[in-house]
Amino acid sequence: MNLSLTLTINGETREIVLDDPRVTLLDLLRERLGLTGAKKGCDRGQCGACTILVDGQRINSCLALAISYHGSSITTVEGLAQGGTLHPVQQAFIDHDGFQCGFCTPGQVMSAVGLIAEGQTGDDPERVREAMSGNICRCGAYMGITEAVIEARGKMSETKPEKAA
Amino acid sequence: MNLFEYIRPTSVAEAIAAAGEPGSAYLGAGTNLLDLMKGGVTSPNRLIDLTHLPDLGKIEQLPDGSMRIGALVKNAALAHDTAFSKAYPAVAEALLSGASAQLRNAATVGGNLMQRTRCAYFADPASACNKREPGSGCDAIGGENRHHAILGWSESCIATHPSDFCVALTALDATIEIEGAGGRREVPITDFYLLPGDTPHEETVLEAGEIIVAIKLPANAAGFAGHQRYLKVRERTSYAFALVSAAAALEIENGTITEARLALGGVAMKPWRSAAAEAALAGLSPTREAFEKAAEAAFADARPSGENAYKIELGKRVVARALAMAAAGTPERMPALPASPFASDTGAIAHV
Repeated sequence: MNLSLTLTINGETREIVLDDPRVTLLDLLRERLGLTGAKKGCDRGQCGACTILVDGQRINSCLALAISYHGSSITTVEGLAQGGTLHPVQQAFIDHDGFQCGFCTPGQVMSAVGLIAEGQTGDDPERVREAMSGNICRCGAYMGITEAVIEARGKMSETKPEKAA
Repeated sequence: MNLFEYIRPTSVAEAIAAAGEPGSAYLGAGTNLLDLMKGGVTSPNRLIDLTHLPDLGKIEQLPDGSMRIGALVKNAALAHDTAFSKAYPAVAEALLSGASAQLRNAATVGGNLMQRTRCAYFADPASACNKREPGSGCDAIGGENRHHAILGWSESCIATHPSDFCVALTALDATIEIEGAGGRREVPITDFYLLPGDTPHEETVLEAGEIIVAIKLPANAAGFAGHQRYLKVRERTSYAFALVSAAAALEIENGTITEARLALGGVAMKPWRSAAAEAALAGLSPTREAFEKAAEAAFADARPSGENAYKIELGKRVVARALAMAAAGTPERMPALPASPFASDTGAIAHV
Protein backbone atom coordinates (compact mmCIF):
# COMPACT_ATOMS: atom_id res chain seq x y z
CA MET A 1 0.00 0.00 0.00
CA ASN A 2 1.48 3.30 -1.13
CA LEU A 3 1.04 5.81 1.66
CA SER A 4 3.06 8.67 0.22
CA LEU A 5 1.51 12.04 -0.48
CA THR A 6 2.38 15.57 -1.47
CA LEU A 7 0.94 18.49 0.46
CA THR A 8 1.64 22.20 0.30
CA ILE A 9 1.57 23.36 3.90
CA ASN A 10 1.65 27.10 4.59
CA GLY A 11 3.26 27.62 1.20
CA GLU A 12 5.90 24.92 1.51
CA THR A 13 5.63 21.73 -0.55
CA ARG A 14 6.18 18.61 1.55
CA GLU A 15 6.64 15.00 0.46
CA ILE A 16 5.20 12.85 3.23
CA VAL A 17 5.25 9.11 3.75
CA LEU A 18 2.70 7.92 6.27
CA ASP A 19 3.30 4.96 8.57
CA ASP A 20 -0.43 4.27 8.90
CA PRO A 21 -3.46 4.98 6.66
CA ARG A 22 -5.55 6.01 9.67
CA VAL A 23 -3.66 9.28 10.19
CA THR A 24 -5.96 12.29 9.94
CA LEU A 25 -4.81 15.68 8.71
CA LEU A 26 -5.02 16.84 12.32
CA ASP A 27 -2.75 14.08 13.60
CA LEU A 28 -0.37 14.56 10.70
CA LEU A 29 0.00 18.26 11.46
CA ARG A 30 0.24 17.91 15.23
CA GLU A 31 2.05 14.63 15.80
CA ARG A 32 4.28 14.29 12.75
CA LEU A 33 4.95 17.80 11.41
CA GLY A 34 5.14 19.73 14.68
CA LEU A 35 2.35 22.13 13.74
CA THR A 36 0.37 22.11 16.97
CA GLY A 37 -1.75 25.21 16.26
CA ALA A 38 -4.78 23.18 15.19
CA LYS A 39 -6.22 21.67 18.37
CA LYS A 40 -7.78 18.30 19.09
CA GLY A 41 -10.94 19.07 21.04
CA CYS A 42 -13.59 16.44 20.34
CA ASP A 43 -11.82 14.65 17.43
CA ARG A 44 -15.33 14.00 16.00
CA GLY A 45 -16.19 17.11 14.00
CA GLN A 46 -18.32 18.71 16.66
CA CYS A 47 -16.18 21.48 18.20
CA GLY A 48 -14.23 23.13 15.36
CA ALA A 49 -10.94 23.46 17.32
CA CYS A 50 -9.14 21.59 14.52
CA THR A 51 -10.31 23.91 11.71
CA ILE A 52 -7.77 24.47 8.92
CA LEU A 53 -8.03 25.65 5.32
CA VAL A 54 -7.73 23.09 2.54
CA ASP A 55 -7.46 24.73 -0.88
CA GLY A 56 -8.82 27.88 0.76
CA GLN A 57 -11.87 26.18 2.30
CA ARG A 58 -12.27 25.72 6.06
CA ILE A 59 -12.78 22.11 7.14
CA ASN A 60 -12.49 19.96 10.28
CA SER A 61 -9.06 18.34 10.02
CA CYS A 62 -10.04 15.64 12.54
CA LEU A 63 -12.48 14.08 10.05
CA ALA A 64 -10.11 14.26 7.09
CA LEU A 65 -8.01 11.23 6.23
CA ALA A 66 -4.58 12.68 5.37
CA ILE A 67 -3.84 10.21 2.57
CA SER A 68 -7.03 11.24 0.78
CA TYR A 69 -5.84 14.87 0.61
CA HIS A 70 -2.85 14.11 -1.66
CA GLY A 71 -2.15 17.18 -3.81
CA SER A 72 -3.93 19.67 -1.55
CA SER A 73 -2.78 23.02 -0.26
CA ILE A 74 -3.18 23.52 3.47
CA THR A 75 -3.12 26.64 5.62
CA THR A 76 -2.88 26.40 9.38
CA VAL A 77 -2.85 29.16 11.97
CA GLU A 78 0.97 29.05 11.84
CA GLY A 79 0.78 30.24 8.24
CA LEU A 80 -1.30 33.38 8.80
CA ALA A 81 1.11 35.99 10.17
CA GLN A 82 3.45 37.66 7.67
CA GLY A 83 6.84 38.09 9.31
CA GLY A 84 6.15 39.94 12.54
CA THR A 85 2.73 41.21 11.44
CA LEU A 86 -0.37 39.38 12.59
CA HIS A 87 -3.13 38.54 10.14
CA PRO A 88 -6.03 41.04 10.45
CA VAL A 89 -8.22 38.30 11.97
CA GLN A 90 -5.60 37.47 14.61
CA GLN A 91 -5.21 41.17 15.48
CA ALA A 92 -8.98 41.65 15.67
CA PHE A 93 -9.34 38.71 18.10
CA ILE A 94 -6.79 40.43 20.39
CA ASP A 95 -8.44 43.83 20.03
CA HIS A 96 -11.92 42.48 20.83
CA ASP A 97 -11.04 39.93 23.55
CA GLY A 98 -12.22 37.14 21.24
CA PHE A 99 -10.98 34.46 23.63
CA GLN A 100 -10.38 33.57 27.25
CA CYS A 101 -8.50 30.29 27.68
CA GLY A 102 -7.41 30.26 24.03
CA PHE A 103 -7.87 26.57 23.27
CA CYS A 104 -10.52 27.07 20.60
CA THR A 105 -8.85 30.21 19.22
CA PRO A 106 -6.74 28.77 16.37
CA GLY A 107 -9.87 27.02 15.09
CA GLN A 108 -11.98 30.15 15.53
CA VAL A 109 -9.38 32.25 13.71
CA MET A 110 -9.06 29.80 10.80
CA SER A 111 -12.83 29.51 10.57
CA ALA A 112 -13.13 33.30 10.48
CA VAL A 113 -10.52 33.52 7.70
CA GLY A 114 -12.52 30.94 5.73
CA LEU A 115 -15.78 32.74 6.43
CA ILE A 116 -14.45 36.06 5.17
CA ALA A 117 -13.21 34.43 1.96
CA GLU A 118 -16.65 32.82 1.43
CA GLY A 119 -18.17 36.31 1.35
CA GLN A 120 -21.68 35.31 2.47
CA THR A 121 -22.21 37.19 5.72
CA GLY A 122 -21.57 40.88 5.10
CA ASP A 123 -21.37 42.67 8.45
CA ASP A 124 -24.63 41.18 9.77
CA PRO A 125 -23.86 39.74 13.23
CA GLU A 126 -26.68 37.18 12.86
CA ARG A 127 -25.11 35.82 9.67
CA VAL A 128 -21.66 35.82 11.26
CA ARG A 129 -22.89 33.88 14.30
CA GLU A 130 -24.66 31.37 12.05
CA ALA A 131 -21.56 30.94 9.88
CA MET A 132 -19.36 30.46 12.97
CA SER A 133 -21.68 27.90 14.61
CA GLY A 134 -19.23 25.07 13.87
CA ASN A 135 -16.76 26.55 16.39
CA ILE A 136 -17.60 26.02 20.03
CA CYS A 137 -16.06 28.30 22.71
CA ARG A 138 -16.54 26.83 26.16
CA CYS A 139 -15.42 30.11 27.79
CA GLY A 140 -18.26 31.85 25.99
CA ALA A 141 -16.25 34.56 24.23
CA TYR A 142 -18.80 34.67 21.42
CA MET A 143 -19.54 38.38 21.69
CA GLY A 144 -15.88 39.32 21.20
CA ILE A 145 -15.48 36.70 18.48
CA THR A 146 -18.42 38.10 16.49
CA GLU A 147 -17.09 41.65 16.84
CA ALA A 148 -13.61 40.52 15.79
CA VAL A 149 -14.89 38.74 12.67
CA ILE A 150 -16.93 41.76 11.62
CA GLU A 151 -14.05 44.17 12.15
CA ALA A 152 -11.51 41.98 10.35
CA ARG A 153 -13.89 41.50 7.44
CA GLY A 154 -14.31 45.24 7.17
CA LYS A 155 -10.57 45.87 7.22
CA MET A 156 -9.86 43.13 4.69
CA SER A 157 -12.58 44.29 2.31
CA GLU A 158 -11.01 47.77 2.27
CA THR A 159 -8.02 46.23 0.55
CA LYS A 160 -9.81 43.44 -1.33
CA PRO A 161 -13.45 43.86 -2.46
CA GLU A 162 -15.70 41.07 -1.21
CA LYS A 163 -17.68 39.17 -3.78
CA ALA A 164 -21.39 39.91 -3.67
CA ALA A 165 -23.17 37.83 -1.02
CA MET B 1 -10.33 2.79 14.60
CA ASN B 2 -9.47 -0.52 12.93
CA LEU B 3 -6.61 -0.81 10.47
CA PHE B 4 -7.68 -0.84 6.82
CA GLU B 5 -6.21 -1.01 3.38
CA TYR B 6 -6.40 2.25 1.42
CA ILE B 7 -7.20 2.13 -2.30
CA ARG B 8 -7.31 5.13 -4.63
CA PRO B 9 -8.95 4.13 -7.93
CA THR B 10 -8.66 6.37 -10.97
CA SER B 11 -11.97 5.48 -12.61
CA VAL B 12 -15.48 4.53 -11.53
CA ALA B 13 -15.05 1.10 -13.15
CA GLU B 14 -11.84 0.53 -11.17
CA ALA B 15 -13.60 1.57 -7.97
CA ILE B 16 -16.48 -0.82 -8.59
CA ALA B 17 -14.04 -3.67 -9.29
CA ALA B 18 -12.12 -2.89 -6.08
CA ALA B 19 -15.35 -2.97 -4.07
CA GLY B 20 -15.84 -6.61 -5.06
CA GLU B 21 -13.64 -7.62 -2.10
CA PRO B 22 -15.72 -8.29 1.02
CA GLY B 23 -15.40 -5.69 3.80
CA SER B 24 -14.83 -2.79 1.39
CA ALA B 25 -16.37 0.63 1.91
CA TYR B 26 -16.41 3.70 -0.29
CA LEU B 27 -14.82 6.85 1.12
CA GLY B 28 -16.16 10.29 0.20
CA ALA B 29 -15.06 13.16 2.42
CA GLY B 30 -15.36 10.78 5.37
CA THR B 31 -17.14 13.27 7.63
CA ASN B 32 -19.62 10.57 8.65
CA LEU B 33 -17.63 7.41 7.93
CA LEU B 34 -14.50 8.39 9.90
CA ASP B 35 -16.69 9.44 12.83
CA LEU B 36 -18.36 6.01 12.80
CA MET B 37 -15.02 4.22 12.45
CA LYS B 38 -13.57 6.18 15.37
CA GLY B 39 -16.53 5.05 17.45
CA GLY B 40 -16.15 1.42 16.43
CA VAL B 41 -19.61 1.46 14.84
CA THR B 42 -18.29 0.27 11.51
CA SER B 43 -14.92 -1.27 10.70
CA PRO B 44 -14.28 -1.81 6.98
CA ASN B 45 -11.16 -3.72 5.92
CA ARG B 46 -10.65 -1.58 2.84
CA LEU B 47 -11.45 2.03 2.07
CA ILE B 48 -11.88 2.84 -1.59
CA ASP B 49 -11.32 6.57 -1.94
CA LEU B 50 -13.73 8.07 -4.48
CA THR B 51 -12.60 11.67 -4.05
CA HIS B 52 -9.96 11.56 -6.79
CA LEU B 53 -12.31 10.19 -9.46
CA PRO B 54 -12.64 12.48 -12.48
CA ASP B 55 -15.91 13.99 -13.81
CA LEU B 56 -18.00 13.59 -10.64
CA GLY B 57 -17.60 17.17 -9.44
CA LYS B 58 -19.72 19.14 -11.89
CA ILE B 59 -23.06 20.97 -11.63
CA GLU B 60 -24.60 20.95 -15.10
CA GLN B 61 -27.78 22.17 -16.71
CA LEU B 62 -28.89 19.46 -19.16
CA PRO B 63 -30.54 20.26 -22.53
CA ASP B 64 -33.99 19.30 -21.17
CA GLY B 65 -33.64 21.93 -18.43
CA SER B 66 -32.98 19.47 -15.62
CA MET B 67 -29.95 19.87 -13.43
CA ARG B 68 -27.34 17.19 -12.80
CA ILE B 69 -25.12 17.34 -9.74
CA GLY B 70 -22.02 15.17 -9.63
CA ALA B 71 -21.74 13.02 -6.51
CA LEU B 72 -18.48 14.68 -5.44
CA VAL B 73 -19.87 18.23 -5.44
CA LYS B 74 -19.50 19.64 -1.95
CA ASN B 75 -22.63 20.56 0.01
CA ALA B 76 -21.52 24.20 0.36
CA ALA B 77 -20.58 24.53 -3.31
CA LEU B 78 -24.03 23.36 -4.37
CA ALA B 79 -25.86 25.61 -1.91
CA HIS B 80 -23.93 28.65 -3.13
CA ASP B 81 -24.16 27.85 -6.85
CA THR B 82 -26.17 30.79 -8.19
CA ALA B 83 -28.08 28.95 -10.93
CA PHE B 84 -28.85 26.03 -8.65
CA SER B 85 -30.04 28.04 -5.66
CA LYS B 86 -32.24 30.14 -7.92
CA ALA B 87 -33.96 27.11 -9.45
CA TYR B 88 -34.17 25.01 -6.27
CA PRO B 89 -34.02 27.45 -3.35
CA ALA B 90 -35.50 25.04 -0.78
CA VAL B 91 -32.71 22.57 -1.54
CA ALA B 92 -30.12 25.29 -0.96
CA GLU B 93 -31.87 26.31 2.26
CA ALA B 94 -31.95 22.68 3.45
CA LEU B 95 -28.24 22.29 2.70
CA LEU B 96 -27.36 25.46 4.61
CA SER B 97 -29.43 24.38 7.61
CA GLY B 98 -27.38 21.19 7.97
CA ALA B 99 -24.17 20.62 9.94
CA SER B 100 -21.59 23.44 10.14
CA ALA B 101 -19.77 25.52 7.53
CA GLN B 102 -16.68 23.31 7.93
CA LEU B 103 -18.63 20.09 7.39
CA ARG B 104 -20.56 21.53 4.43
CA ASN B 105 -17.25 22.51 2.80
CA ALA B 106 -15.92 18.96 3.09
CA ALA B 107 -18.98 16.72 2.74
CA THR B 108 -20.08 15.55 -0.70
CA VAL B 109 -23.67 15.37 -1.93
CA GLY B 110 -23.31 11.64 -2.61
CA GLY B 111 -22.13 11.16 0.96
CA ASN B 112 -25.05 13.19 2.25
CA LEU B 113 -27.39 10.65 0.66
CA MET B 114 -25.49 7.80 2.29
CA GLN B 115 -25.15 9.19 5.81
CA ARG B 116 -26.19 6.90 8.62
CA THR B 117 -28.78 7.48 11.31
CA ARG B 118 -27.87 9.56 14.36
CA CYS B 119 -29.70 7.13 16.70
CA ALA B 120 -27.53 7.10 19.85
CA TYR B 121 -27.93 3.33 20.21
CA PHE B 122 -26.67 2.76 16.68
CA ALA B 123 -23.63 4.91 17.56
CA ASP B 124 -22.91 2.97 20.76
CA PRO B 125 -21.39 -0.47 20.11
CA ALA B 126 -22.31 -1.53 23.68
CA SER B 127 -26.03 -1.18 22.89
CA ALA B 128 -28.27 -3.62 21.04
CA CYS B 129 -29.00 -2.40 17.50
CA ASN B 130 -30.56 -4.43 14.70
CA LYS B 131 -29.17 -2.00 12.16
CA ARG B 132 -25.57 -2.29 13.36
CA GLU B 133 -25.79 -5.96 14.33
CA PRO B 134 -28.78 -7.75 12.79
CA GLY B 135 -30.75 -9.79 15.31
CA SER B 136 -29.25 -8.15 18.38
CA GLY B 137 -32.41 -6.21 19.29
CA CYS B 138 -33.19 -2.52 19.65
CA ASP B 139 -32.27 -0.63 22.80
CA ALA B 140 -33.94 2.51 21.47
CA ILE B 141 -37.31 0.84 22.01
CA GLY B 142 -38.06 1.59 25.65
CA GLY B 143 -34.90 3.73 25.87
CA GLU B 144 -34.16 7.40 25.31
CA ASN B 145 -36.23 7.82 22.18
CA ARG B 146 -37.53 11.39 22.08
CA HIS B 147 -35.77 11.87 18.73
CA HIS B 148 -37.05 8.70 17.10
CA ALA B 149 -39.48 7.87 14.32
CA ILE B 150 -43.24 8.39 14.25
CA LEU B 151 -43.82 7.12 10.70
CA GLY B 152 -42.74 3.93 8.95
CA TRP B 153 -40.97 2.40 11.97
CA SER B 154 -41.04 -1.26 12.94
CA GLU B 155 -40.54 -3.38 16.05
CA SER B 156 -36.96 -3.90 14.81
CA CYS B 157 -35.92 -0.25 14.41
CA ILE B 158 -37.26 3.19 15.25
CA ALA B 159 -34.32 5.25 13.95
CA THR B 160 -34.66 8.27 11.65
CA HIS B 161 -32.77 9.43 8.58
CA PRO B 162 -30.77 12.56 9.50
CA SER B 163 -30.45 14.40 6.18
CA ASP B 164 -31.97 17.81 5.43
CA PHE B 165 -30.81 17.88 1.79
CA CYS B 166 -32.61 14.61 0.99
CA VAL B 167 -35.91 15.94 2.34
CA ALA B 168 -35.90 18.83 -0.10
CA LEU B 169 -34.74 16.49 -2.91
CA THR B 170 -37.64 14.18 -2.10
CA ALA B 171 -40.19 17.00 -2.29
CA LEU B 172 -38.86 17.97 -5.73
CA ASP B 173 -38.75 14.48 -7.28
CA ALA B 174 -34.98 14.11 -7.56
CA THR B 175 -33.54 10.99 -9.14
CA ILE B 176 -30.30 9.28 -8.28
CA GLU B 177 -27.89 8.08 -10.95
CA ILE B 178 -26.13 4.89 -9.92
CA GLU B 179 -23.31 2.97 -11.57
CA GLY B 180 -22.49 -0.66 -10.87
CA ALA B 181 -20.87 -3.64 -12.55
CA GLY B 182 -24.00 -3.96 -14.70
CA GLY B 183 -23.94 -0.36 -15.97
CA ARG B 184 -25.86 2.77 -15.05
CA ARG B 185 -29.41 3.09 -13.74
CA GLU B 186 -31.59 5.83 -12.31
CA VAL B 187 -33.76 5.52 -9.23
CA PRO B 188 -36.25 8.12 -7.98
CA ILE B 189 -35.17 9.26 -4.51
CA THR B 190 -38.64 8.29 -3.25
CA ASP B 191 -37.70 4.66 -4.04
CA PHE B 192 -34.04 4.85 -2.97
CA TYR B 193 -34.44 4.37 0.79
CA LEU B 194 -35.91 1.27 2.43
CA LEU B 195 -38.07 1.32 5.53
CA PRO B 196 -36.69 -0.86 8.35
CA GLY B 197 -39.27 -3.68 8.47
CA ASP B 198 -37.49 -6.82 9.67
CA THR B 199 -34.23 -5.86 7.95
CA PRO B 200 -33.15 -2.45 9.28
CA HIS B 201 -29.54 -3.11 8.23
CA GLU B 202 -30.69 -2.80 4.61
CA GLU B 203 -31.07 0.93 4.08
CA THR B 204 -31.07 1.65 0.35
CA VAL B 205 -31.64 -0.12 -2.96
CA LEU B 206 -27.91 0.06 -3.77
CA GLU B 207 -26.50 -3.33 -4.70
CA ALA B 208 -23.04 -4.34 -3.48
CA GLY B 209 -20.40 -2.26 -5.27
CA GLU B 210 -22.81 0.28 -6.75
CA ILE B 211 -21.78 3.94 -6.60
CA ILE B 212 -23.92 7.07 -6.65
CA VAL B 213 -22.50 9.13 -9.51
CA ALA B 214 -25.00 11.99 -9.70
CA ILE B 215 -28.26 13.47 -8.49
CA LYS B 216 -30.74 14.92 -10.97
CA LEU B 217 -33.46 17.47 -10.37
CA PRO B 218 -36.16 17.65 -13.04
CA ALA B 219 -36.75 20.87 -14.96
CA ASN B 220 -40.39 21.07 -13.83
CA ALA B 221 -39.29 21.29 -10.19
CA ALA B 222 -38.01 24.76 -10.99
CA GLY B 223 -41.67 25.74 -11.55
CA PHE B 224 -41.98 25.84 -7.77
CA ALA B 225 -39.00 28.17 -7.38
CA GLY B 226 -41.11 31.17 -6.37
CA HIS B 227 -42.85 29.31 -3.54
CA GLN B 228 -40.60 26.84 -1.80
CA ARG B 229 -39.14 26.69 1.67
CA TYR B 230 -37.42 24.33 4.06
CA LEU B 231 -38.27 24.61 7.75
CA LYS B 232 -36.38 22.72 10.44
CA VAL B 233 -37.12 22.66 14.16
CA ARG B 234 -34.13 21.61 16.23
CA GLU B 235 -32.97 21.85 19.83
CA ARG B 236 -30.65 24.78 19.15
CA THR B 237 -30.72 27.46 16.48
CA SER B 238 -27.82 26.13 14.43
CA TYR B 239 -25.65 23.05 13.98
CA ALA B 240 -28.18 20.45 15.14
CA PHE B 241 -30.17 17.66 13.51
CA ALA B 242 -33.89 18.10 12.89
CA LEU B 243 -36.50 17.05 15.41
CA VAL B 244 -38.99 17.57 12.60
CA SER B 245 -38.45 19.36 9.30
CA ALA B 246 -40.49 19.98 6.18
CA ALA B 247 -39.78 20.94 2.59
CA ALA B 248 -42.81 22.63 1.06
CA ALA B 249 -43.28 23.78 -2.52
CA LEU B 250 -46.37 25.30 -4.10
CA GLU B 251 -47.55 26.33 -7.54
CA ILE B 252 -50.11 29.07 -7.11
CA GLU B 253 -52.17 30.45 -10.02
CA ASN B 254 -54.78 33.17 -9.59
CA GLY B 255 -54.93 32.59 -5.85
CA THR B 256 -55.37 28.82 -6.12
CA ILE B 257 -52.86 26.06 -5.36
CA THR B 258 -52.50 24.08 -8.59
CA GLU B 259 -49.83 21.73 -7.29
CA ALA B 260 -48.21 21.13 -3.92
CA ARG B 261 -45.17 19.19 -2.78
CA LEU B 262 -44.42 18.19 0.77
CA ALA B 263 -41.70 16.03 2.32
CA LEU B 264 -40.84 15.56 6.00
CA GLY B 265 -37.55 14.99 7.80
CA GLY B 266 -36.76 13.64 11.25
CA VAL B 267 -39.89 11.48 11.32
CA ALA B 268 -38.88 8.22 9.60
CA MET B 269 -35.93 6.19 8.32
CA LYS B 270 -36.46 7.83 4.94
CA PRO B 271 -37.32 11.36 3.84
CA TRP B 272 -41.12 11.14 4.00
CA ARG B 273 -43.12 12.35 1.02
CA SER B 274 -46.76 12.99 1.83
CA ALA B 275 -48.97 12.39 -1.19
CA ALA B 276 -52.06 12.76 1.05
CA ALA B 277 -51.08 16.26 2.10
CA GLU B 278 -50.30 17.23 -1.48
CA ALA B 279 -53.68 15.95 -2.69
CA ALA B 280 -55.44 17.78 0.14
CA LEU B 281 -54.00 21.11 -1.02
CA ALA B 282 -54.69 20.94 -4.76
CA GLY B 283 -57.40 23.39 -5.82
CA LEU B 284 -57.54 25.22 -2.48
CA SER B 285 -56.68 28.80 -1.69
CA PRO B 286 -53.38 29.13 0.20
CA THR B 287 -54.94 29.79 3.60
CA ARG B 288 -54.12 28.72 7.13
CA GLU B 289 -57.15 26.38 7.10
CA ALA B 290 -55.86 24.65 3.97
CA PHE B 291 -52.38 24.26 5.46
CA GLU B 292 -53.76 22.83 8.70
CA LYS B 293 -55.87 20.38 6.71
CA ALA B 294 -52.75 19.27 4.82
CA ALA B 295 -50.86 18.93 8.10
CA GLU B 296 -53.57 16.63 9.50
CA ALA B 297 -53.36 14.52 6.33
CA ALA B 298 -49.55 14.31 6.53
CA PHE B 299 -49.62 12.83 10.03
CA ALA B 300 -52.82 10.74 9.78
CA ASP B 301 -50.82 7.51 10.04
CA ALA B 302 -48.26 8.74 12.58
CA ARG B 303 -47.88 6.96 15.90
CA PRO B 304 -45.29 7.40 18.63
CA SER B 305 -42.50 4.82 18.94
CA GLY B 306 -41.77 5.88 22.53
CA GLU B 307 -41.50 9.20 24.33
CA ASN B 308 -42.06 11.09 21.11
CA ALA B 309 -45.79 11.68 20.69
CA TYR B 310 -44.94 15.40 20.82
CA LYS B 311 -43.42 15.05 17.35
CA ILE B 312 -46.86 14.46 15.84
CA GLU B 313 -48.25 17.78 17.05
CA LEU B 314 -44.94 19.51 16.38
CA GLY B 315 -44.85 18.01 12.89
CA LYS B 316 -48.33 19.31 12.05
CA ARG B 317 -47.30 22.80 13.11
CA VAL B 318 -44.04 22.58 11.14
CA VAL B 319 -45.98 21.55 8.04
CA ALA B 320 -48.53 24.34 8.38
CA ARG B 321 -45.76 26.89 8.97
CA ALA B 322 -43.60 25.61 6.08
CA LEU B 323 -46.56 25.80 3.71
CA ALA B 324 -47.40 29.33 4.90
CA MET B 325 -43.77 30.35 4.38
CA ALA B 326 -43.78 28.81 0.89
CA ALA B 327 -47.04 30.60 0.04
CA ALA B 328 -45.56 33.90 1.19
CA GLY B 329 -42.87 33.42 -1.43
CA THR B 330 -39.23 32.39 -1.57
CA PRO B 331 -37.18 35.17 0.03
CA GLU B 332 -34.95 37.13 -2.31
CA ARG B 333 -31.89 36.38 -0.21
CA MET B 334 -31.12 33.30 1.85
CA PRO B 335 -32.35 34.02 5.42
CA ALA B 336 -29.63 34.73 7.99
CA LEU B 337 -30.74 31.59 9.83
CA PRO B 338 -31.61 29.14 7.04
CA ALA B 339 -34.73 27.03 7.69
CA SER B 340 -35.08 28.41 11.19
CA PRO B 341 -38.46 29.19 12.75
CA PHE B 342 -36.65 32.07 14.45
CA ALA B 343 -35.71 33.76 11.17
CA SER B 344 -36.87 37.35 11.22
CA ASP B 345 -38.92 37.06 8.01
CA THR B 346 -41.40 34.75 9.73
CA GLY B 347 -42.36 37.56 12.09
CA ALA B 348 -40.80 35.70 15.00
CA ILE B 349 -38.19 37.15 17.33
CA ALA B 350 -34.98 38.06 15.55
CA HIS B 351 -32.59 36.05 17.68
CA VAL B 352 -32.61 33.54 20.49
